Amino acid sequence: MSKSPSLKVYVIAYLLFLYAPIALLPLFAFNDSRVIAFPLAGFTTNWFAEMWADANLFTAFRNSLIIAVSSSVLATTLGIFAARASTRYKFPAKGATLGLIMLPMVLPEMILAMSLLVVLIAMGVPLSIFTVILGHVLICTPFAVAILTSAFQSLDRSLEEAAYDLGETSASTFRLIILPLVMPGIISSLLICFTISLDEFIIANFLGSGDPILSVYIFGQFRFPAKVPAVMALGFILVCVSICLLTIAEYFRRRGIAKTGGKDTGGFL
Amino acid sequence: MQSGSATGRLRNSEAANGLLMVSPTAIYAMLLMAAPILASVVYSFMVDSKVGLSAGLTFDNYIKVWTGQIDQALMIRSLTVSALVTLATVVLAYPVAYFVSFHVRPERKSLWLFLITIPFWTSYLIRVFLWKVILGYNGVINSGLMSLGVIDEPLTVINYSLGSMVMTLAHAYAAFAILPIFVSLEKIDRSFLEAGQDLGESKFMTFIRVTLPLSMPGVIAAVLIVFIPTIGDYVTPELIGGGKLPMIANRIEAIMLKQNDKALGSAIAMTAMLIVALVSIMFLLLNRRFLKGQSK
Repeated sequence: MSKSPSLKVYVIAYLLFLYAPIALLPLFAFNDSRVIAFPLAGFTTNWFAEMWADANLFTAFRNSLIIAVSSSVLATTLGIFAARASTRYKFPAKGATLGLIMLPMVLPEMILAMSLLVVLIAMGVPLSIFTVILGHVLICTPFAVAILTSAFQSLDRSLEEAAYDLGETSASTFRLIILPLVMPGIISSLLICFTISLDEFIIANFLGSGDPILSVYIFGQFRFPAKVPAVMALGFILVCVSICLLTIAEYFRRRGIAKTGGKDTGGFL
Repeated sequence: MQSGSATGRLRNSEAANGLLMVSPTAIYAMLLMAAPILASVVYSFMVDSKVGLSAGLTFDNYIKVWTGQIDQALMIRSLTVSALVTLATVVLAYPVAYFVSFHVRPERKSLWLFLITIPFWTSYLIRVFLWKVILGYNGVINSGLMSLGVIDEPLTVINYSLGSMVMTLAHAYAAFAILPIFVSLEKIDRSFLEAGQDLGESKFMTFIRVTLPLSMPGVIAAVLIVFIPTIGDYVTPELIGGGKLPMIANRIEAIMLKQNDKALGSAIAMTAMLIVALVSIMFLLLNRRFLKGQSK
């Protein structure tokens, strides 16, 4: 098949372009110099120690964990409702309703954040971690719906009908038959939403009350060149964690497809 | 068909069950997205003064936004940046999607897609900042070239420019462009290509006349999915542009939060949304033409 070497060279160059910034992270996270530049100065783990000693980082991390866990659970729950409705039922205005649910995926985040901010302020809702969660659930839900729809789509309808024939109620059928079969999709949706929420900046910045949140903390650190090496160390750890989470998500997604006997079409989206 | 009351029939109907099932998610989207955007539309026709928002409706904000030099310039810059990013991303991504779809063994495809999507899932802020590290005045390229003796003074063309913003964003949205194009390439019936070649077309002409038109829906999806978020990007102008090349999102922030003029800020946001919607509709119509062309 591979008879076009120039295409292959191009693809490899493109992958290098994709990975170039991330490849620099470990270099500068372990580089013994406050200035982020070549030539490298030597090996050090000081930046990890400096990062570890920053109490703000831990508060920010704890807040981000609360936000990411709550948003991913809520978005996945909302995603289950929408994905089940779209794969199992026909109802009026289906396309429009699902379009509305998927819309946050393509609207500029700044517009979502600002219109939400204006309304929250007008209603007198104080900004807090809670308002960030509200925003994150909104932007995570379309991703959850996309992942879960493909999980629900590969369900064999006759399994469900067999359960009804055997006397199960619709609630117990859902719990005993459907839920276990779509479980891999649910786990991968939770992990993807968690990653999106942890990474998100605009909503965290504008709908937060100034409580430290990881992405806002990182953005703030960039203003001080002396703090940058510690951010590189933090970034390195975050990249390792997200690669682990994504590998787990991918594993469950594939297992889900294998379980329902579907064909792997690849990709999360 | 007379059994049961109307409500009973409705309760048991598939339509009602579906609506009930979708309602939590739909209501959430209405309350937290549709309602706030509608509120912004209303705000954009009001006047924000120290006393509060006026009761009357007026076009003043829109006149200000559409005739104001700063707003016009920023709108044009945002459009230019996102158009260039879209062009660069889609043109660069197409061969990659093509390679994975046509030259990778089927069982290897999802591994390739996984490899392509990994960089996309790592912290957006840190990735953008790393481009600043690469392209900056004392950045990786400049310090690397200087230590190799290729240049004596740092290149200034690559830092804090429109070009470096385009490059950063083209990197950030790469996966968004590759996936839809890949999906549409996968759907192409391979026998069409053989037919093209059997009929005496060269490989290149087969690509131009068969593969490319058939993959257009994916290309158009990629265009939309890259164009829409980049026009509202906030982080890249702040970090890469060094705050000197603001785009429309930075303008919205400045008016809404620093000048505290919610009405004018809403008008800018709604103008940006209108432009996004118009461009999207244009491309969707284009897509419809392509789909129609195919069914002939």
